[in-house]
Amino acid sequence: MLEQHLAALPILLPLIAAPIVLLVGRSSLAWMVATLVSGFATIAAWQLLITCLASGSLSYAVGGWMAPWGIELRIDAANAFVLLAVTAISTLVLIYSKDSVAKEIESDKHLLFYTAHMLCLAGLSGILVTGDAFNLFVFLEISSLATYTLVSLASDRRCLTAAFRYLVMGTIGATFILIGVGMLYMKTGTLNMLDLSVRINLYESSRTINTGLAFVMVGVGIKLALFPLHMWLPPAYTHAPSAVTAFLASTATKVAVYVMIRFIFTIFGADHVFNDMGMDLILMVLAVVAIFKCSYMATVQNNVKTVLAFSSVAQIGYMVLGIALVSAAGLMAGLIHIFNHALMKGALFMAVGAVFYRVGSVNLQDFRGLGKHMPWTMAGFTLAGLSIIGVPLTVGFISKWYLVSAALDQGNWLVAVLVLLGSLLAVVYIGRILEAAYFQKLPEGTDPEQVKEVPYLMLVPMWILVIANLYFGIDTSLTTDAASAAAQWLFENSQTSVPQVMEMKP
Amino acid sequence: MSFILDYYNYWVVVFLMMTGFYIVISANNLVKKIAGLNIFQTSVFMLYISMGKVTGGTAPIVVEGVELYSNPLPHVLILTAIVVGVATTSVGLALIIRIKRAYGTVEENEFKNSDDAI
Amino acid sequence: MNLWGFVEPSQLILLAIIVPLIGGCALLAARKSPNLREAVTITTSIILFTIVLAITSNAFNGVQMQVTWVELVPGIALAFEVEPLGVLFALVASFLWIITSIYAIGYMRGHHEKNQTRFFFCFALAISSVMAICFSRNLLTLFVFYEVLTLSTYPLVTHAGTYEAKKGGRIYLGILLSTSIAFLLLAVLGTWSVAGILEFTPGGILNEVNNPLVLGVLLVLFCYGIGKAAIMPFHRWLPAAMVAPTPVSALLHAVAVVKAGVFSILKVAIYIFGIDGLKEVPTADLMLYIAAATILLSSCIAMTKDNLKARLAYSTVSQLSYIVLGALLASSVATAGATLHIVTHAVGKITLFFCAGAIMVAAHKKNISEMAGLGRTMPITMIAFAIGSLSIIGLPPFAGTWSKWFLFVGALEADKLIVLAVLTISSLLNIAYLLPIPIKAFFNSPEKNEQPWSWSQTKEAPLPSLIAIVITSIGCLVLFFYNQPFIELINLIPGVSTNTQELAP
Repeated sequence: MLEQHLAALPILLPLIAAPIVLLVGRSSLAWMVATLVSGFATIAAWQLLITCLASGSLSYAVGGWMAPWGIELRIDAANAFVLLAVTAISTLVLIYSKDSVAKEIESDKHLLFYTAHMLCLAGLSGILVTGDAFNLFVFLEISSLATYTLVSLASDRRCLTAAFRYLVMGTIGATFILIGVGMLYMKTGTLNMLDLSVRINLYESSRTINTGLAFVMVGVGIKLALFPLHMWLPPAYTHAPSAVTAFLASTATKVAVYVMIRFIFTIFGADHVFNDMGMDLILMVLAVVAIFKCSYMATVQNNVKTVLAFSSVAQIGYMVLGIALVSAAGLMAGLIHIFNHALMKGALFMAVGAVFYRVGSVNLQDFRGLGKHMPWTMAGFTLAGLSIIGVPLTVGFISKWYLVSAALDQGNWLVAVLVLLGSLLAVVYIGRILEAAYFQKLPEGTDPEQVKEVPYLMLVPMWILVIANLYFGIDTSLTTDAASAAAQWLFENSQTSVPQVMEMKP
Repeated sequence: MSFILDYYNYWVVVFLMMTGFYIVISANNLVKKIAGLNIFQTSVFMLYISMGKVTGGTAPIVVEGVELYSNPLPHVLILTAIVVGVATTSVGLALIIRIKRAYGTVEENEFKNSDDAI
Repeated sequence: MNLWGFVEPSQLILLAIIVPLIGGCALLAARKSPNLREAVTITTSIILFTIVLAITSNAFNGVQMQVTWVELVPGIALAFEVEPLGVLFALVASFLWIITSIYAIGYMRGHHEKNQTRFFFCFALAISSVMAICFSRNLLTLFVFYEVLTLSTYPLVTHAGTYEAKKGGRIYLGILLSTSIAFLLLAVLGTWSVAGILEFTPGGILNEVNNPLVLGVLLVLFCYGIGKAAIMPFHRWLPAAMVAPTPVSALLHAVAVVKAGVFSILKVAIYIFGIDGLKEVPTADLMLYIAAATILLSSCIAMTKDNLKARLAYSTVSQLSYIVLGALLASSVATAGATLHIVTHAVGKITLFFCAGAIMVAAHKKNISEMAGLGRTMPITMIAFAIGSLSIIGLPPFAGTWSKWFLFVGALEADKLIVLAVLTISSLLNIAYLLPIPIKAFFNSPEKNEQPWSWSQTKEAPLPSLIAIVITSIGCLVLFFYNQPFIELINLIPGVSTNTQELAP
């Protein structure tokens, strides 16, 4: 019974849990329910990934309506991989958020936080597993609306304007996707992704479909904070509660990158998007500019959360660059970086949240002397920071290795050089924080008794991520196998010629 | 001329879309921004509805003696999209209420700190 | 001498890497009692040395030793293999670790340094990564532990925690990390991309590549990417690292770290390009002249420095380029000379640094101008300093003679007279910036009224430090007369030979 509906579980569990969490009435109880549900979703995602790696893709007809008429949930190596990362991070963040939320969010809003988190998780899982383009839009909006709410829950009033800006930008992005999907439907009469890909292939070149592609790419570009459409991201990440930032930074934009991959490779076909429309050059230039501009912006910020937010935009540049290399190796590098970056940024933002928990603000000068007073937090921050820089034996190095070797495989030495130079800027912005933490003394007037290590419920999830940073940097078999299977699958299914057309009955 | 007349529904959509977009960008008042966003979304609803129309077809309700119906699927889709739009509007308005409480204004140019600009 | 006969030969490599780590953890556990902690350090270093000796005897007996850890990227694993060049470097590093540990006890206590446990722990970590570098089997493994070495020595450089230390540390980490990430990683990936393998192979792996542009770019990337070799203009980190406590400067910045740099360059020259292949690389001459320029320029800069450690640092920059020069001459004898120079320069330079530290502890003097007459109070130290200087200059009967000899012969053989000229001028410059120090100490007296010298005047550094100084300076002498094991090791390296006759037409 459960196995049969395995594909729907990552959506259904959090969706059902959301109202329950609101009704249980006590913050600690809500936390427990949410964490358990998220944990179950992780187990389901793990099962799905194993099934997919063993037997290819998996299809589930919602409500028993067969595709292409009904909504289809479709799971293959690519989305099972990302799904596992998202649900696992969600569980860890939920464990972490008990103390963090108690500190940063007013007590009457705790239940709302857990509810919104559940809705967001349901939306993100939905985006990942759905096989229907319109359904994807709906899940995108479910997760986005929950995200706006989450961002606005912080006690600092600036989170409100940040959330509002995010809402305006996000809605425009979603509406653009809606327009694009509408154009595709107009031309093809279908919304199922596989069906769409077959039917789009039938047209040599259609202005409607190309316009649809443009709308979708801009819409997704806003959602994934592709430079120069990233302006909503830094304020939202800076002012949101720390647990929310940790969750969003490591999942929401990653899922949007996945949406981009899905649209390019499954729906439009890589050949059409890159060769006919020349999208690879556009994406590559934007990605490289993002890496440099935003890494530079990260080096001049004072608020550490803003530093990491700009760093996130730069890192998204690496993922998009992987996609824009138009090769299975490049796509694989992008997919690996989705997973790896989730690990690094999750750990970093959790560490920053821990600092906020004790110090009460996260400007650069607040980090002074923390190396002595919060040794475990700062050690975790250091390791995750080294991972961002791309030091060997961390996941960051693995990402970089694959990305640069994918670029070199194509003889693209310029991109390889630029990627490596860009990562030098990470040395600067991480180094500034570490210097403050380890080489300066606690500011005058701070009570050293107050600034001590955070509770275990915050430390343990942080360190699980830090250790994952190291583990997957040394034993890369799981990530590379999954990512290369996914990349292979996406690339081949994107390049193959037209299979038989599913006729729609009148 | 026929180019304009044949595609008049699209012209309406494009006009509404640009109007909404312009309001979102230029309005100083946050409520007006939300209103602009609504107009922007509505234009897309129109796009969907108008493309479901089949020439000569009636409303997609099964009646005896009628053979040709318009496509009902876009209507269903847009029902969902309208729900999403309403939800977005309500979240936006709720945010505005909290902004008003926190800052005492909903006019963008009256925020003192330039960091808060939207 | 093989104390470790009961262990399988291949496992010795793992032991060599892990023993310093275990020692590091043990000394963390023993942090409450300084005596126990130091005992742990010295015991660990001695155990490590015996392991390396066992590896050496296995290498002489022709036993193959290799280990593979995890596969980082499909096709490339963290893997280790014993080969003569690595054995040579491991011998030097592990032996000098013992001496430095003894020295450090006297120095750190005499100087009342803080955080001594962290110091000894990072030291052990650095040695462990040096061992891994010595025995790495492919470029990726080398790169990984090269970076680990950089990071583990950063806390040592910034040990004092002062503003200068922070600034020095920033330059240190900045240059070493940037060059390795921007150039070395690119070179490694480029090699992987054009050759398809990264294994160190006798004769090189780039012979199949016929594109001179790619080869030329790769060589430049390797030379500058291995920033630890301190080729100008990426040499600034080495003087900057001199803010570290003197034992660090001595072992890491005269032996382990910088030698890891030139060792990597030698590895790349011998096993990636191949000595014969190197002749075909169009930029080899360019890098050769840059190395030659580095030798002369840094010698000139050394003369202007009054701070003793700064002068020694620039002298190191210059001496490192000897080795790079030897590697790039693409001649069998020159490479042998370069390899031997790793040993002889290590022993000579560590003596000099030990002396500098001893002077700082006992007389609290950093600048050369203040050292007049110091020979009266610290005679043993200053004699050792003179011996070390003479060895660096390359005068018999001291160790440095041989490596310079082979370099000269190699330059002649490669028909590069300009290199010969550079080596000669540089030797003269060495005399000019090193010898005045002991001369001043012994023959210039600050006081007018000379009293006959007596032992009661002496005020030497603490005994452990003094013992270390004496051992290394005797080492300079011994290696002139008895360097047979090293020569034999060098002759085991494929394509490298100290035998000039064999190659003569």
